[in-house]
Amino acid sequence: MRSKHHFMIILAFLSILVFYGCTDDLDAIDTNNLNSENVFEDEESYIQFLAKLYAGLDQTGQQAPIGQPDLIGFTEGSSSYIRLWWALNEFPADELKWRFNDPGLRAIVFQSWTSGNDFFSVIYSRIFFQISQTNEFLRQTAPEVLDGRGVSENLRSQIDIYRAEARFLRAMAYYHTLELFGGNVPFVTEEDSPGAFFPEQTTGAQLFAYVESELLEIEGQLVAVGQHEYGRVDKGAAWTLLAKLYLNAEVFIGEGRYGDCITYCNEVLNAGYVLEPQYADLFKADNNRSNEIIFPVTFDGVNSRSFGVMYSLINGTLDSNIIQSDPEAFGTNTGGFAALTAKETFVDLFEFMGDDPFNDSPDVRASFFFKDGHSVDIPSEPIGSSFQEGFGYTKFRNIKRDGTPGQSSDFPDVDFPLFRLADVHLMYAEAFLRGGGGSESEALDLINDLRERAYGDTSGNVATLDLDFIIDERGRELGWEGHRRMDLVRFGRFTGGDYLWDWKGGAQNGTSISGHLRIFPLPSSDISVNPNLTQNPGY
Amino acid sequence: MGPMKWVLGAICLCVPMFVMAQNTITGVVKDKAFDEPLPGASVVIKGTATGTTTDFDGNYEIQAALGDILLFSYVGFKSIEIEVDGTAIDVALEEDTAQLDEVVLIGYGSTTKKDATGAVIGVTEEELNKGFIASPQDLLIGKAAGVNITTSGGAPGSGSEIRIRGGASLDASNAPLIIIDDVPLDNSNNPGSRNVFDFINPADISSFTVLKDASATAIYGSRASNGVIIITTKKGVSGDLKFNFGTSASVSSVKEDLDVLSAGQFRDIIQQRYPNRVSELGNASTDWQDEIFKSAVGTDTNFSVRGGIWGIPFRASVGHTEQDGILRTEALQRTTASVNLSPKLFDDKLRIQINARGSYSENNFADTNAIFNAIQFDPTRPVFDAALPGGFFDYYEPNGTPTANTVANPLALLLLRENRSNVRRLVANAKFDYQFHFFPDITATLNLGIDKSNADGVDNQPETLSTQRITQGLFSNYGQDEENKLLDFYLKYTKELEKWNTRFDLTAGYSYQNFFDNQFTSSVRGDGIGGTTIDDIILESNLQSYFGRANLILADKYLFTFTYRRDGSSRFGGDNRWGNFPAAAFAWNVSDENFLKDSKSISNLKLRLGWGVTGQQDVIQGNDTQPYLPQFAPSLNGASVQFGQDANGNPIFVSSLRAQPFDANIKWEETTTYNIGLDFGLFDNVLSGAVELYYRETEDLLSTVNIPIGSNLSNRLPTNIGSLTNQGVEVTLNAKILDREDLTWDLGFNYAYNENTVDQLFLTDNAGGAGIPVAGTLLVGFGGDDGAQYHIIDEPTRSYLVYVQAYNSDGLPIPGTVVDLNGDGFINSLDRRPFQQAAPLVNLGLNSRVNWKNWDMSFSMRASLGNYNYNGIEVQNGTFANVDIGQDLRNVTSATVINGFDDYIDEVTFSDFFVQDASFLRLDNINLGYTFGNVFNDSSRLRVFSTLQNVLVVTDYEGLDPEVPNGIDRNIFPRPFITQLGLSLDF
Repeated sequence: MRSKHHFMIILAFLSILVFYGCTDDLDAIDTNNLNSENVFEDEESYIQFLAKLYAGLDQTGQQAPIGQPDLIGFTEGSSSYIRLWWALNEFPADELKWRFNDPGLRAIVFQSWTSGNDFFSVIYSRIFFQISQTNEFLRQTAPEVLDGRGVSENLRSQIDIYRAEARFLRAMAYYHTLELFGGNVPFVTEEDSPGAFFPEQTTGAQLFAYVESELLEIEGQLVAVGQHEYGRVDKGAAWTLLAKLYLNAEVFIGEGRYGDCITYCNEVLNAGYVLEPQYADLFKADNNRSNEIIFPVTFDGVNSRSFGVMYSLINGTLDSNIIQSDPEAFGTNTGGFAALTAKETFVDLFEFMGDDPFNDSPDVRASFFFKDGHSVDIPSEPIGSSFQEGFGYTKFRNIKRDGTPGQSSDFPDVDFPLFRLADVHLMYAEAFLRGGGGSESEALDLINDLRERAYGDTSGNVATLDLDFIIDERGRELGWEGHRRMDLVRFGRFTGGDYLWDWKGGAQNGTSISGHLRIFPLPSSDISVNPNLTQNPGY
Repeated sequence: MGPMKWVLGAICLCVPMFVMAQNTITGVVKDKAFDEPLPGASVVIKGTATGTTTDFDGNYEIQAALGDILLFSYVGFKSIEIEVDGTAIDVALEEDTAQLDEVVLIGYGSTTKKDATGAVIGVTEEELNKGFIASPQDLLIGKAAGVNITTSGGAPGSGSEIRIRGGASLDASNAPLIIIDDVPLDNSNNPGSRNVFDFINPADISSFTVLKDASATAIYGSRASNGVIIITTKKGVSGDLKFNFGTSASVSSVKEDLDVLSAGQFRDIIQQRYPNRVSELGNASTDWQDEIFKSAVGTDTNFSVRGGIWGIPFRASVGHTEQDGILRTEALQRTTASVNLSPKLFDDKLRIQINARGSYSENNFADTNAIFNAIQFDPTRPVFDAALPGGFFDYYEPNGTPTANTVANPLALLLLRENRSNVRRLVANAKFDYQFHFFPDITATLNLGIDKSNADGVDNQPETLSTQRITQGLFSNYGQDEENKLLDFYLKYTKELEKWNTRFDLTAGYSYQNFFDNQFTSSVRGDGIGGTTIDDIILESNLQSYFGRANLILADKYLFTFTYRRDGSSRFGGDNRWGNFPAAAFAWNVSDENFLKDSKSISNLKLRLGWGVTGQQDVIQGNDTQPYLPQFAPSLNGASVQFGQDANGNPIFVSSLRAQPFDANIKWEETTTYNIGLDFGLFDNVLSGAVELYYRETEDLLSTVNIPIGSNLSNRLPTNIGSLTNQGVEVTLNAKILDREDLTWDLGFNYAYNENTVDQLFLTDNAGGAGIPVAGTLLVGFGGDDGAQYHIIDEPTRSYLVYVQAYNSDGLPIPGTVVDLNGDGFINSLDRRPFQQAAPLVNLGLNSRVNWKNWDMSFSMRASLGNYNYNGIEVQNGTFANVDIGQDLRNVTSATVINGFDDYIDEVTFSDFFVQDASFLRLDNINLGYTFGNVFNDSSRLRVFSTLQNVLVVTDYEGLDPEVPNGIDRNIFPRPFITQLGLSLDF
């Protein structure tokens, strides 16, 4: 009988233990993972969070090159922000051909897209990923939040710069929605806490004003040109984006702001940037050394690996024939995936000896064509056509100036020059021609700076300027850098039938396309879940 | 033994004796199946109160007259009547599976079949599937109405998708809660292990109990929405030691190859369609599928002992399984051991159950990409090329780098890649039932359990593999440590109020569970670039519950059950932390009413009504164990950002931190189920069965849905959104077609119809007709959100959203031409319409068992109707576009030549041509055995048997195998045909 009592005592003890000992376990914050309750105890977290806003430009997840994706439901490798932005500014335009049949691509190439096209849902989700992360960053670094956490003075002294950089990146993301979707997109700021609600739709005009005011507001808080860490946003980046915003104002809001464009071009031109002496060096593995690049998207074959724009721009332009023609010249031994060749309209921009594109060109910018075994035109329908239809074009190379290869044979070290000085030269000249003021001699000098670099001497210099020359020179100087669709739109050449290129509108010799295609449709996937949205006209 | 005889003697003295030409009849009462004595069986002279019970060795002695009829009975066995015609009568009683006194497990306790109120199905050992079975759940396939089990393929020991009544959830897990010997298992699959249950030796299982409706499952609260399966293992019994030794060998062979072009046919196609690529053809003639598949052997050996030692009933077993897959290098080796002790102490007031089972398995995982590559590798290429890395043919450039965008040699993938794991697991519990000495109406139960596992594995892809040439090899290690703890404590009060003709019991208790899981991977490239990438994830969560149940039984006929569970989960915060799950049921034993009591035809009739609310809390996304809190994900190696450079010009990199999407108000799914059931037994239970009707509605579905862009930190968010319903009918029939001394034939049939409808998916009501694509259902191309399957409002989950294919006058598809359904002159996504569903509408099972003298024969077959597959193999490999999509030439299926699809455009890949009726009838297994008695002594028996598995499939489906998880047919490990020979020796 004694043992029976013992058993009862044990039972009673256990029940007490159960009822009073364990309920705390339910309330315990899971310390194994990072959450808002513990992550900012380490002040390094703030700059790491800021780093994600930069990483969001080319990387697609928290693992390299893919893994732990930022966006769900897409093939991660092709969901990179700048790669998609680049693709939507190049694939429907007149510079290049991508020959593989990615879902939705045929419609992009033939300008026959509809709102269900995957490209739109991915870039749109990607842009708003960037915006939402920035909003969260601004919430987590709000002064009252930092007060509550009692952060160090050291962080205090830096945080306003971090916040200004974050707001720049958000302003640029909204700027991209002006380019792509006419700015008729959902509008959220740090005032909108994460949940599951219906963001309100804004308009191009409202968004233009917002981007402008944001950039003007942060301009003073950003670090001066040349004083900041490479890869980060400084005043120069904000001025360049303002210049772009004003140059395109007539497209975005129907109102020319060319004078303002000249103002901010001048800020950049006087900031100490220098044209890279050798054009080819702008696109090499050590282009981080260049004083021409105002704002890069950085890549690194070891530390920043992704299937972003530089991966496709280098490996996609190569096939085994090209590599074997000069095995040391490209810094990659992956064999290339042979996707991208030039359209004839792009080749035709350049001057060739005897007017024959198979001859050499005095313009160094035409030295990147690969012609052996290739035709200059694209006789077959681009999707599924042979790589040999259209010249190869290998401007971007994973080698350094001294000819040694980049660190990794598959992922390039080359940084993508999102903003560079030559673009500002061209913007100044264009804004001048469009009546924004400034001086003609200044415009001519700025253009001839580029011509002299391209020709190696003054033989290519021009004495007069007109807009037709400007758009062609933009094509030659900024070819394949993601500017083309917006340039064609601004010059009225993208839609309509005045200007044609091969396979425009799905016809071999090109055909007229409708004006509503100037901006893309909002993705149907979001229209169907957000009742506040109205589709862009024509879709 | 002495005191027992003394007691029996005393009982005999109390029995009034009428002396009338009485003889002393003696004999032994045994269990027919096990040939073991039955102590305590009752022996009564029919029509009198005269009787006795058997002693510990099954012996009895009774005074009876010639011509008297003796009635032998024992709980759980069929009674037998025998006329006295001598002085010695030995009887063998047969177990009665349809017995109403059969114990039914109901969660934190048990009841009898007669008193049960919920929709519960028990499947006993002898009803389970036979054959070479490495995964416990395979035992249950086709056995229970409303339980649909689809194996993920033919790999040995592979996992399965188990669906009870179609699945109550959308994106959250639809797997039922599995409980083994009172320990609920964590359903997450673990790296390195093939299957959540693979630690259980199927030979140790004595029964499955499936709880289907909410009145039965609600006591498990927040994890019960998808039903509960309780696995009971074999327990110790007292008595002499009994041994069982079983061994079997099997041969698995490939049932069928996928029909692709031969080398000759392929050469012709290239000449016809791609004349400029003829020079790229090789000179060989290779059947790649032949190269990667083989016949495989397996062995399975079990040894068990049960009996009493020092008065403690115990059972111990060891088992060893070795099974190769039919895909080369796929192999499983597993050793299991289990111990059960069932001591009873303090005048049986304290009953203890101690269970421990451990397993150690060694797995070799073949790279299943080889299956897909074998279908498309150029058949004119040789398998081997001694001059190339690894000795295998693959595509290389002259400079030795692999050619990009080519298919890798499938055999090289199998033979060069090394992916193996070792998994150790221990699941143990100790359960104490104590009946209070001073208050015997109350029983206290304490159950302590632990589930520990540990796995380690390597995945080495050497640089001789063309896929890893650039990285110079990719070498990974992975591992896992899991520890789940359980404590249940409950009290049960049982009372019978004879005055009111009423019985009732009350149960109330508390349960504590903690789940800890650490998963670790590290990988490094052979060229060292990026250093070692380490991913170390810890998932920990806690679940605590209070539960109660009241059973009220009036006049043995009117049964009421009320249950209530309150669950608290660390996964949810604030007001959502605790959830309440009530249930109620009523049952009426109609056959006990006077108007049926004496019915000759109706031996049992019971009507059941049930209602209950259950939950689903499986929301873990990645390492997000507290999804209501803002979470942050740090970046791994290689995903850093350059911020400036150091004094020497070397770049400085900063790792990144991402804010994860979250929903501060996330909570569990809530499922409400209504169930009507009718149990019946006709003609003395010769025909018995049940009919169930149910309606189940799930609200606040935990789904990862497209949220309005901009409203959260990613494009999709796991949140509570939408609702769906399941409704259906289930019929179970069991017939004893023959029931004679030496010939019995039992036939079991089950039918289940389930209709599933998505009612809402979005925050808005006006998104009618819209749907969300199901992840992983896009097979061609490498970007985009679209897929063949969608969840669509007013349609079943996983409906296909496809174009209507146009056909020519010969009935052949016109490639790339589909119907402009809305007539707007354009073909675009608006012309796709919902078409059919992946899940079956009807499942049927048929099981037969015949015993004739020493022979036993059984078979098991099942059918699935209304399930459609997206034939992904034909989508991808049945299109000429596949031939020259890459820098190599790729093979296509033979059907390509007939159908003529030639491009990967949406009008082809999303054509309803590829959504094919995958209804099927499958003969799962046929089993034949012969039992030799008295092998070395009276109590030894030897059974030899042979089983054929996966014997026959009848289907119109055009793919290799119609049975595909979730309807997406791609790259499935083919299910082999298995022949097994074995023996089982009891001694």
